[in-house]
Amino acid sequence: MSIPVSVPIQWYFLLAGALFVIGALGALSRRNGITIFLSIELMLNSVNLLIVAYARVVGERTGDLLTALNGQILVLFVLAVAAAEAAVGLALFIAIFRGRRTIDVNRLNLMRW
Amino acid sequence: MEVAVFAVFALLALGSALVVVLHRNPIYSTMSLVVTLISIAVLFVLLGAPFLAALQVLVYTGAILVLFLFVLMLLNVGAGGRGPDRLGQKIGAVGASAAFGVVMLTLLWGRFHGFELSPLTEEIVALKPLAKQLMTTYLLPFEMVGLLLLAAVIAATALAKKPEVRLPREKT
Repeated sequence: MSIPVSVPIQWYFLLAGALFVIGALGALSRRNGITIFLSIELMLNSVNLLIVAYARVVGERTGDLLTALNGQILVLFVLAVAAAEAAVGLALFIAIFRGRRTIDVNRLNLMRW
Repeated sequence: MEVAVFAVFALLALGSALVVVLHRNPIYSTMSLVVTLISIAVLFVLLGAPFLAALQVLVYTGAILVLFLFVLMLLNVGAGGRGPDRLGQKIGAVGASAAFGVVMLTLLWGRFHGFELSPLTEEIVALKPLAKQLMTTYLLPFEMVGLLLLAAVIAATALAKKPEVRLPREKT
């Protein structure tokens, strides 16, 4: 197998997909609330990588330079929303921990059917 | 050269992502996520988005993950691992994410097959068009995100404050 000169765009897609799957695995299988949160951040980041790669390819295909920029700006907003989400989520964990002394999601089952 | 950089940081990102998910101690998971995010920042540079790479390092590793570390140390949860391991949940998680991965990768694989990116030029990595686009076309979303962050900060402060009424302790 010959090594290509520039990175094929497929590799970025595969990497982003693999990172997303790893994040999904963590979010589904772990019991510690904070580790689940970290997995969700990982999934958000893999999607960011995919958006940037995809926008770049589509921009080059159509010859429109703004397309790649629009993708980057979308990622910028995802970053900001992720920051807001992390702040609120961690505050929620602090509030839960204060009352229950645990953040094991299997024991936080008050609202579970 | 580009391929070598991509390979090194892609493998680094995958390896540290696995550590994030598999390590028992959430502190190590957080530190490992730092490595993943910096690797992704390097890939952003390769894709011609140096501004996003800088932002990724500043906002994610500099602010969000430090917040995670603060909360972890505040709560002092440690490695945990008490209680029985739910084998069914683990099997279900592996199955569900594997099925999802297969579907997503088959969808992504056919796209732009064999497409080669042209090398980066100054035109692609220029910051000025990005700033102009952000401050004209996307001015309203930009302001709304600022408002969202303000609301989030207020909500976080209100939530993390000591409540006046104590919630009942969990029965153990």
